[in-house]
Amino acid sequence: MEITINKVILCAVTDDCAKIQGIPAFIVKSEAARQERAMLLSRILQGAVHDMGNGVLIVVKH
Amino acid sequence: MPHGKSIGLGLILGVLARVSLLRSDYRQYPTYPHGYTSHLFLGIIAALVGAVSIPALLTKEWTAVTFLVIVAQQFREIRSMERDSLKALEDTQLVTRGSDYIENIARVFETRYYIVIFVAASAAYGVEYGTVFTGFLLGVITYAASILVARTEPLHRSVKVEVAPVNFKGASLYVGDIFIMNVGLEESRSYIAKHGLGAILTPKTETARDTLANLGQRQAILHDVAGILGVKKDLDTPEYTPVARRHIQTGRVGIYLVPEELDSELLTRIINRTPVLESSRGRTLRRQVPR
Repeated sequence: MEITINKVILCAVTDDCAKIQGIPAFIVKSEAARQERAMLLSRILQGAVHDMGNGVLIVVKH
Repeated sequence: MPHGKSIGLGLILGVLARVSLLRSDYRQYPTYPHGYTSHLFLGIIAALVGAVSIPALLTKEWTAVTFLVIVAQQFREIRSMERDSLKALEDTQLVTRGSDYIENIARVFETRYYIVIFVAASAAYGVEYGTVFTGFLLGVITYAASILVARTEPLHRSVKVEVAPVNFKGASLYVGDIFIMNVGLEESRSYIAKHGLGAILTPKTETARDTLANLGQRQAILHDVAGILGVKKDLDTPEYTPVARRHIQTGRVGIYLVPEELDSELLTRIINRTPVLESSRGRTLRRQVPR
């Protein structure tokens, strides 16, 4: 049986490290590069990307 | 053979009843040839049990009757057999059936064997007390009555289904005015806007509102829709997962999916034909509450 962790923020992609606390964060300044990085993380971690606004994207396992 | 005619006709009508109930329904059963074979075989046993029970009763063969009752008990196993096999498939499905739908299918399968036993017994009874024609007539009437009682209700009787546009407000995905989810990736947003399909289900009654609120019922709808239209989804693209979300204020439900086949007319037809699951049928205003 496969065991996975659900309903958990796996990581964040942001333009400013001060906006994120307590979870792994990738700091990417440009919007396009942030989208690209979030897409890669989403595919790797099989999680969904959510836009929190304010330049913060989070990858969540549902 | 003194009871040859009644047993023979009961057996034939019983098996015919099982064959006619074995139609490969797109929702209920995938066309597995081995599934057909095992259910046909069990159908023959059920028909035999029903056909033999009446002559055994008439000739006061109590030992035989007792054994037949024990054999009939075995058909309860059909439900767990179907449940186990469908549950085993759940892990590897992109859009699962959900436990409510599986339970419903399993119950339908079990009931079909009782119908077979009932039809075979009625036919045998008719032959014993009349002619072969009487038995035939009684068997057919029993079959028709059983089908009428055990039929499933399609969703369109209590729910209005309309196609609704899939649209975005910022990163929020909506079907019509119902919020579905937040989609963070720009690439996924533009893909969903182009290839997504949406429908809004409006309950016609209070009980239908409760039916739609049930998670099992919504998963059943999604499974049927995804099974026929297909889904553009893989494990690493969870944002393309079909979703059914409820509008709390009105009880309406928004359905969203990214199908392989972009056919909105077919989408409404599939949702209309989805069965109302017994376990999720709304009960509001029907329950007797002591005041």
